Amino acid sequence: MKKRFTISVFTEDVVGILNRVTIIFTRRKINIESIAASESEVDGVHRYTIVITEQEDLVKKVVLQLEKQVEIIKAVYQLDKDIIYQEIALYKVPTNVLASGGEAEKIVRAHFARVLSVEPEFTVLEKTGHKNETQDLFNELEPYGILEFVRSGRVAITKPMRTLKSIITELENN
Amino acid sequence: METLEKNQTDIKQLTGAQAVVQSLIEEGVDLIFGYPGGAIMPVYDALYDVDDQLEHVLTRHEQGAIHAAQGYARSTGKVGVCLATSGPGATNLITGIADAQIDATPLVCITGQVASHLLGTDAFQETDVIGISMPVTKWNYQVTKASEIPKAIAKAFYIAKSGKPGPVLVDITKDAQFEASKYQYQPFTGMRSYLPAPQLMSSKVKEAADLINVAKRPFVLFGQGVILSQAEAEFKAFIEKTGIPAGWTILGLSALESDHPLNVGMLGMHGNYAPNKLTNECDVLIAIGMRFDDRVTGNLDKYAKQAKVIHLEIDPAEIDKNVKTDVAVLGNAKESLEALTKLVHPNQHSDWLQRFRTLEQEEYEAVIQNELEPKEETLTMGEVIHQINKASDGKNVFVTDVGQHQMIACRYARFLQSKSMITSGGLGTMGFCLPAAIGAKMGVPDKQVIGIIGDGGFQMTLQELGTIFQSKVPVKIVVLNNEFLGMVRQWQELFFDKRYASTIMVNPDFQTIVKGYGIQTKLVQERSELQSAVQEMLECEDAYFLEVRVGKENNVFPMVPTGASVSEIRLK
Ligand SMILES: Cc1ncc(C[n+]2csc(CCOP(=O)(O)OP(=O)(O)O)c2C)c(N)n1
Repeated sequence: MKKRFTISVFTEDVVGILNRVTIIFTRRKINIESIAASESEVDGVHRYTIVITEQEDLVKKVVLQLEKQVEIIKAVYQLDKDIIYQEIALYKVPTNVLASGGEAEKIVRAHFARVLSVEPEFTVLEKTGHKNETQDLFNELEPYGILEFVRSGRVAITKPMRTLKSIITELENN
Repeated sequence: METLEKNQTDIKQLTGAQAVVQSLIEEGVDLIFGYPGGAIMPVYDALYDVDDQLEHVLTRHEQGAIHAAQGYARSTGKVGVCLATSGPGATNLITGIADAQIDATPLVCITGQVASHLLGTDAFQETDVIGISMPVTKWNYQVTKASEIPKAIAKAFYIAKSGKPGPVLVDITKDAQFEASKYQYQPFTGMRSYLPAPQLMSSKVKEAADLINVAKRPFVLFGQGVILSQAEAEFKAFIEKTGIPAGWTILGLSALESDHPLNVGMLGMHGNYAPNKLTNECDVLIAIGMRFDDRVTGNLDKYAKQAKVIHLEIDPAEIDKNVKTDVAVLGNAKESLEALTKLVHPNQHSDWLQRFRTLEQEEYEAVIQNELEPKEETLTMGEVIHQINKASDGKNVFVTDVGQHQMIACRYARFLQSKSMITSGGLGTMGFCLPAAIGAKMGVPDKQVIGIIGDGGFQMTLQELGTIFQSKVPVKIVVLNNEFLGMVRQWQELFFDKRYASTIMVNPDFQTIVKGYGIQTKLVQERSELQSAVQEMLECEDAYFLEVRVGKENNVFPMVPTGASVSEIRLK
């Protein structure tokens, strides 16, 4: 059975490594649903958070093939229940529909969306949450006209207590 | 203090190109294969000064250069090195890089690149070779400054040869080759993100030994891991102590001598009858340094389902990739085997071994006899190999191309020494043999190196006859000419109603072509001429080309048809 997995990949900070990461997915024709790249808590180590929906045994093979890459330090995969994760969405809507007391304003309040910027023509809202939450807000605002919408890839923190630092220390002492 | 002084005197100014050449010399390289062009000219210029230390072999095509480097690497166990220019030079390497990647051959490929300020501008002969080669290299890196060169080359060698070996590519912009910089070479010793071989776990070795010690019908499959980790002796000690019959993949071929009583032959699609059949009867399957390629396993749903599987493997990504393992022993095969042999009980499996012998006899009568000593008039590929075996001492290095002749050579060539079969297994690259044989011969000049090629594959890299001619490489080339793309024709005959779509080869006169390169040649069309021609070839001090006209529509059997289980192997 296919399930949603979040793969965290820790790499050296080198040019081209993202390409090496994605090749492992594309060669098996696995669609990457979202990907986020950033630094990690360890200097010089980058992390990629990748979401895919696949069978677990395939995910396991992909993760091993990721780790096989010379400049990938570590790769792990987790189910949603084993991570804390978030996505951020930005919505650009016409300012006039948000007039106080209106329906749209109630929606924004009910979803605890934040107002980032108000311009005469448009307002930018921000909502952080799981995809269904940011999508719900999208759906409800849609009738009022959404001028632009963007959602980030998932970022995730893993629940297990093993730190990246300790993993790296172990690898460095090998 | 002493090292400090030494280091200080070692620091000199070199151009990037000189640094490349010096770094290669530091790594112990004395032979490289390549082809010049604009973006790599500074390195060629630097080579000109050191030709007494570092020989460069000019091939006739970059594909020839890389296959030669592969042949060199596989015959010697050292890292093969090749050099090419940017753009088309670099793209011509790709087939060989993919071949080396899948067959775990240590290579360092150095390509020239346009000047760094032109990168990304579609400059003349600019190709994103880093991007193109990424899926087929173990590692690659683009150098844009001369100061990076010593470290990049040191790292390239370290990665290429350590752990599971593979090809690496270093792309060097032309300005970095010209630029002068301080040169100081230090061997590369490791990086945190890369563990060449996993730590052997004694608990796993124990679990494996426990399974082996109670097995009634154990069976060993071995691959190139035995050769790459130089574990031939440990491997033999293991099977001899346990009395377990052993079958090989074509990459593992020659790791164990052909006539060893426990050598039960070739696995897979055109392998031997017994090891394929009995894969589905063994109770414990012990895979050593092999990766369960689909050409070996046939239909996985019907592969060794009855057996407990032990996998000795260096690459964690291979565990459970194709076949589910019960016990995975991760580590270098040499260490794993050494540890395992200590824990296994001495044993003999005479009845079980006898099962192999019985099936072997069946195969002999149905297939082998007629292949080696045919009754019909037309010559067979097998009898050519058989004649070579009979006329030599088992110490030949065979190199093959891809097709029927490859399967026949793997099935029938006899070996006494390891690293003696060089064949393109994983990628199945036609055109591999001629250049790979050149590289192999240059790697082990004291050995008899014999390339076995089909008439199709010969014409894919035939231009390398020019390399044999110019560099005077005394390699022996045997073309088994059936005037067909034989292996494809066989499939058309068996599975496509004999519809011979584009497999008929109208060939030129190879004799005339080869003579044009100043190479001794002979054409054999009759059985009566074969023995003396083989003799003449083996005795010849120089390069020799032997063409044998073989039966046009002969087939290679046994055969595991696609989708069938290994135990459904057909004798005809
Ligand atoms: C580069 C490449 N192209 C195509 C193939 C597919 N192929 C596999 S075997 C074969 C026929 C080889 O014919 P030949 O070289 O004459 O050898 P034979 O099988 O007759 O011994 C072909 C076309 C291949 N393996 N490699």
